[in-house]
Amino acid sequence: MIAELGLAALWLAAALCAMQLLAGVLAVAGKGGNLAGLVRPAAIVQGMLALFVLAALIVLFARTDLSVLLVAMNSHSAKPLIFKVAGAWGNHEGSMLLWVTVMGLAGGFVALIDRRLPERTMLATLAAQAFVSLGFYAFLLFSSNPFTRLNPPAIEGAGLNPLLQDLGLAFHPPTLYFGYVGLSVAFSFAVGALVTREVGPLFARAMRPWVLGAWIFLTLGITAGSYWAYYELGWGGWWFWDPVENASLMPWLAATALLHSVGVLASRDALRTWTVMLGVVAFSMSMIGTFLVRSGILTSVHAFAVDPERGAFILVLLAIYIGGALVLFGLNAASIAEGKRFSLVSREGALVVNNVMLSAILAVVLFGTLYPLVTEAFDTRVSVGPPYFNPVGAAFFVPMVLVLMVGPLLRWRQDRLERVGKPLGIVWTALFMTGAILLAATAWIGWLPWIGLMLAAGLAVASWLPLRGRNLRRTPLAVWGMVMAHFGLAVAVAGMASESAFSVEKLVAARAGEQVTVGPWQVQFRGIEPVAGPNWTALEANLTAAYAGSPPVAVQPQARSFWSPPQQTSEAALVTRRFGQLYAVVGEAADGDRWQLRLWWKPFVTLIWLGGVLIALGGLLSLMGRVAFDVRRAFARRRIAMRREDMGR
Amino acid sequence: MSAPPSRPSTRISPWALWVPLIVFLGFLVLVIHGLSRPGSTEVESTMIGKPLPAFTLPPAAGDRPGLSTYDFADEKPRLLNIFASWCVPCAIEAPQLQALSDEGHEVVGVAIRDRREHVAAFLVKHGNPFARIGKDDVSAVQLAIGSSGVPESFVIDGTGVIRYQHIGVIRAEDLPLIREKMREARQ
Amino acid sequence: MRVLVALLALLVAVPALAQDSLPRAPYAYRQLDDPEQEARAQALMETLRCLKCQSQSIADSDAPMAGDMRSQVRQRILAGEEPEEIRAWLVERYGDYVSYAPRLTGLTWPLFAMPLVLLVVVGLLLRRRLRRGDGK
Repeated sequence: MIAELGLAALWLAAALCAMQLLAGVLAVAGKGGNLAGLVRPAAIVQGMLALFVLAALIVLFARTDLSVLLVAMNSHSAKPLIFKVAGAWGNHEGSMLLWVTVMGLAGGFVALIDRRLPERTMLATLAAQAFVSLGFYAFLLFSSNPFTRLNPPAIEGAGLNPLLQDLGLAFHPPTLYFGYVGLSVAFSFAVGALVTREVGPLFARAMRPWVLGAWIFLTLGITAGSYWAYYELGWGGWWFWDPVENASLMPWLAATALLHSVGVLASRDALRTWTVMLGVVAFSMSMIGTFLVRSGILTSVHAFAVDPERGAFILVLLAIYIGGALVLFGLNAASIAEGKRFSLVSREGALVVNNVMLSAILAVVLFGTLYPLVTEAFDTRVSVGPPYFNPVGAAFFVPMVLVLMVGPLLRWRQDRLERVGKPLGIVWTALFMTGAILLAATAWIGWLPWIGLMLAAGLAVASWLPLRGRNLRRTPLAVWGMVMAHFGLAVAVAGMASESAFSVEKLVAARAGEQVTVGPWQVQFRGIEPVAGPNWTALEANLTAAYAGSPPVAVQPQARSFWSPPQQTSEAALVTRRFGQLYAVVGEAADGDRWQLRLWWKPFVTLIWLGGVLIALGGLLSLMGRVAFDVRRAFARRRIAMRREDMGR
Repeated sequence: MSAPPSRPSTRISPWALWVPLIVFLGFLVLVIHGLSRPGSTEVESTMIGKPLPAFTLPPAAGDRPGLSTYDFADEKPRLLNIFASWCVPCAIEAPQLQALSDEGHEVVGVAIRDRREHVAAFLVKHGNPFARIGKDDVSAVQLAIGSSGVPESFVIDGTGVIRYQHIGVIRAEDLPLIREKMREARQ
Repeated sequence: MRVLVALLALLVAVPALAQDSLPRAPYAYRQLDDPEQEARAQALMETLRCLKCQSQSIADSDAPMAGDMRSQVRQRILAGEEPEEIRAWLVERYGDYVSYAPRLTGLTWPLFAMPLVLLVVVGLLLRRRLRRGDGK
């Protein structure tokens, strides 16, 4: 019943979407008449319907309704409820439904809330959103139906991948999707603006909160994914430039550039073409990313459904949407009169450098990720990994951060570097002192970690400088947001460089009672015990670890065996201290009665994800500041209008 | 409401606006090509045409001698089969290997990461087409000749040069090709 | 009781894995004694691909073949070989696929040219802006 209801609602939502598109196109072309009034309500109802469909799927999973094929293939009655629910989106069809739902909800919200845009541009925006959604509705309904029945019903589900039975990973997709797909709003805004040729501060102010919101989710999603990989995969790696990881990074790079661009357009009416192009590129990268992950075209440890047919369908959608938007861009962008001028040494100039560097990193990551496809056309297989991406990315990242240190201090339109000489001096001092201290106090840690730590120190100081000379209580929240986000970047870079430079690894085949030293930790191996969980059994190593003389703590890594489907995972045990983490993994039995233990001491590694959270927090502060400002302004306007009425009487 | 069109201060060359589209078209071409070829997960050895690297392996089963590079230098082509008792598909190709051995081709084996008892049991169960079997506990020979899994078979000619690699199970349909490669290896 | 169930489940689980039962190669999970040698080995292993995995380095994989490759790497470093020699040895056998560090060849030169071209383009873009915009 619920499955049929869900499917019916899905068809209805798709129909509404088509209506939204038709009405919107006609209205923009001027032939709509009263149809224009249909567009907003259609968007709102469509969003709510899509949410209903998703809820139906979640209910089916929560109940483990094995008469539905998707549930039978991806769930199991023995799974804890929260993972049953998360299983709804932990597969291809469910995640596409999530995609469509977020698009619908985002479009509905825009239709509901936005009052800034001129009506015609808003209609074009909603029509664009409907156009893109329609393709994905079609994909769902014709190629990836989540509600297909299984007759006769299965006796038991095939179980979800045990690696996905983890809180972090359960909620990583929705967070990432709110980001990825939230960028569709920016795409639609950009397309709408290209169609009506209305690009200016009004457009930017309308688009900005949506970009910020999507970007915050994307930042959190990537951070969460990285942390999950770190503690779940058992080797302490947090980023591998894997194609699927890159697929999530590329939209983020575009969105970060877009976010800065939109701010400039909103306050200074400059960077019009950049903003529109980045709006198109950001969601295009989301779509390209989803294609790469689902088509099986690139080898990846994260790859979803390996199905070239589905890949072909998405590719057609990509060709229509991205190709169409880029054609529109080529045709119309020239007639968007460019905004105000500015010198290179200015706030806008620094942001142009920012945009250009982020775009360059994006291009490099895209090219490197796709390059194996190029060589395969010549019957050769190559692998492109960290040894390529790290130095090449750094080549653009380092200048970007250097400019980032001075950019927020510059005046708009035109400035001189000498004016900011003194604060810059503080930054350079911090940077070089860090470099010198590192050279003196430790063995050579490598070029990239050394430069990274210096940059982190300089940026950490530089990010607070915009607050210099301000009345802190009257500083806008948006400025605090910028400070926090840039500081977060410094923290993250410090974490990344530290992990690279200072990690210590120990592999031992230990007997019960033996002790190992890892960095400042004394770890004692007590023994192995079998333990059992709701749907797994494990061998648990009983370790106690003492940090530099403090009382010992229990550390219990496990080697887990799931039975449905049969799989083994390694559950690392982490002990977090202020200055780093002890990471312990138990391996297999070795000769005699020894057991393989892997221990790492990773100084400052948690800064990587703390930095990510700070960046997102900075975005949130900015968003709150903007929203609060708008709300206050709306109230003030209403008060003035009411007062005028009173006076008029 | 747009600002009155002012003289554009930073004229963007029109062709620059088409760059993103051109890049995207390039991406489409690349990806369509990639989708149209069936993805191969096999890693081929690049040692074809090169001589076998030097190795010596102890015997893996009681009644057959071990294997070393010197055994290949007698002007006789051989089929080198990389297998293991724990490898399920290896059982499937046993009849084909037996057929080749019965036809007079010499088949030698390398058992990867295997215990003697298990190899013996495997040979009892599926037949023993091997003239020699080497025991490779650390995949040393596998790495040295560019093999990346089991089962794989290599045609080695009479001077010890690797001539052909067959990845995966040798099915009945593959036998004609293997026979032809063995014939070519005689020249 | 739970312990008993756990033990029984483990006994059932092990034969279901179609893996070998031999112990790991000597240096698969054993570090070299000299920390400097171990650091060089580790740096190399992080850039070599595990051929039986979807996309992992041999330093990050529990697959037996990855362990065998790690053992080879460590033993060769111990014997005095340079990391790049070991990489070349593996590339000679498996092609460039086994190394995450792409070599400059007739087929991969665009990979290396692209960042340089981008740097030039970036420089030109910014120089044009420097000359053109003076904010009057």
